Amino acid sequence: MLHTVNKSPFEHKALESCLKFARQGSAVLLIEDGVYAAARDTAVSPQVQKALHSVTIYALKPDVEARGMQNRVMDGVRLVDYGGFVDLVAEHNAVQSWL
Amino acid sequence: MKFGILVNEGPYTHEASDTAYQFVKAALAKGHEIYRVFFYHDGVNNGTRLTVPPQDDRNIVKRWSELAAEHKLDLVVCIAAAQRRGLMDKSEAKRNGKDADNIAPGFRISGLGQLIEAGIQSDRLVVFGD
Repeated sequence: MLHTVNKSPFEHKALESCLKFARQGSAVLLIEDGVYAAARDTAVSPQVQKALHSVTIYALKPDVEARGMQNRVMDGVRLVDYGGFVDLVAEHNAVQSWL
Repeated sequence: MKFGILVNEGPYTHEASDTAYQFVKAALAKGHEIYRVFFYHDGVNNGTRLTVPPQDDRNIVKRWSELAAEHKLDLVVCIAAAQRRGLMDKSEAKRNGKDADNIAPGFRISGLGQLIEAGIQSDRLVVFGD
């Protein structure tokens, strides 16, 4: 399953809830303000790093760049463009948007 | 593959409509089919032709209309959500005794059944909201 998270982890529990429910091998795509979770050396980065052991985490590159974060993305988080977003939706049997 | 799209938020306040638009464009570019885009809750505000954003800003409503014309997209606005927010087509305006309609080209007003049908007919339903 593909999970999308569009909220900053610093103001919303969407990512925390998502990571609690995401099964091993699932994909999590950070979009909109959700991309703040991809930054390294923040209060939530240890949690994200731990999650990387069981799920694949992607961040939407245009949203990362719109927030000036392109040089702050932690290792292990993969960047995709909108075409990559479409591919992720097609590759997974269902999409859960954590709003 | 067939995609159904649900947009739950209006333009400009949230990024949801922008993300949905970019997703739909990318999906079409990859040869996928967009079965329907359903606008629900404040998402119906994406369908008013009376918006006049600053010239150096994107025109979200017009962008949807143009994409719909280019790709024959089915853009459906939820009727109950539209009535609450003052979004009308000609027949709705007449039925409710209003003096004007404001629905943008390419959009049509219909019921929630259209969302359910999109969920059944599409291979994937992708939700954009806040």
